[in-house]
Amino acid sequence: MKNNNDLYEVFLRSIRGIDHRHVGSLHADTPEQALTYARDVYTRRSEGVSIWVVKSTAITASQEEDVENFYDPMDDKPYRHASFYVLPDEVDNM
Amino acid sequence: MNTVNNNALYTYVLGLADDALILGQRTAEWCSRGPFLEEDVALSNLTLDYIGRARMFYQYAAKIEGKGRTEDDLAYFRDEREFSNLIINELPNFDFGFAMVRQYLLDVHACLYLPKMMLSSDQHLAQIAAKAIKESRYHLKRSETWVLQLGLGTEESQSRLQSAIDELWGYTPELFIMSESEAELAKSGVAVARDSLHASWTAQVSAHLSAASLTIPEQDWQVVGGRTGEHSEHLGHLLSEMQILQRSYPNLEW
Repeated sequence: MKNNNDLYEVFLRSIRGIDHRHVGSLHADTPEQALTYARDVYTRRSEGVSIWVVKSTAITASQEEDVENFYDPMDDKPYRHASFYVLPDEVDNM
Repeated sequence: MNTVNNNALYTYVLGLADDALILGQRTAEWCSRGPFLEEDVALSNLTLDYIGRARMFYQYAAKIEGKGRTEDDLAYFRDEREFSNLIINELPNFDFGFAMVRQYLLDVHACLYLPKMMLSSDQHLAQIAAKAIKESRYHLKRSETWVLQLGLGTEESQSRLQSAIDELWGYTPELFIMSESEAELAKSGVAVARDSLHASWTAQVSAHLSAASLTIPEQDWQVVGGRTGEHSEHLGHLLSEMQILQRSYPNLEW
């Protein structure tokens, strides 16, 4: 058995209708094995109804040094935000 | 169903309870010794499934016996010769490959046995089976993947798996031998006729093992006797470790 198995990121959907949420990561040799480990490590107390596993290497992440040019330009343009609308109480999970 | 012999039912249920407890205890030995963290957690979950199953059977057995004994009395205060688990469950883990092959052989068996037990004329047994089958289908998914992965892995993993199969094979006939109480209860549709599962079990196991480049040995020996309390030298050691706390401090709670 190889010891250098891959790292996978685990996403759980806790109830139907809600998006999958990142809950952590784990090591596994195959995607199928990652799925069973995700079940054993993250869902034993009925936390989920659906699991996604994604190889960590498949994720392209923004870098710390990008913060300035990625996000700062939005700061002085409040009209880009939808914060001027009042959400009805019935709308959850926004 | 007054026609069901209470003694036979007690013996039958106790055998199923012992199978689950002893394999659960063996699997528990992996806790903190798994090959890596995720597998360690998965094996501990497997253990808990078996201990849960054992509890359901012991509680029912205690009720059938009706002598005021509890599930704990049955688990902790019986001696080796009173345990009636099938011998394959008590064999030491030896190595990870051995434990996974054993688990695989038993998972295939459980996935054939439990659906039949769900049809038992005994409602209580049918309900336990309905709970347990969900676990066993998951266990099988895991163990058959490991057999494939290790069988097709390295030269060493393949040879370790092959020796595990050679060693375990002689303990598998016992999975299909009807005890006296089973034979009697099967007539009234209470017990599963385990002898009828042999052909489908062999077909399924042979196909998977050959896909994993493993071969079934020519069988020239077999070990039986677990159901009547004749065990390997390994069970006594397992029991002494499992029972020592309750034997030293009876009725200790924590």
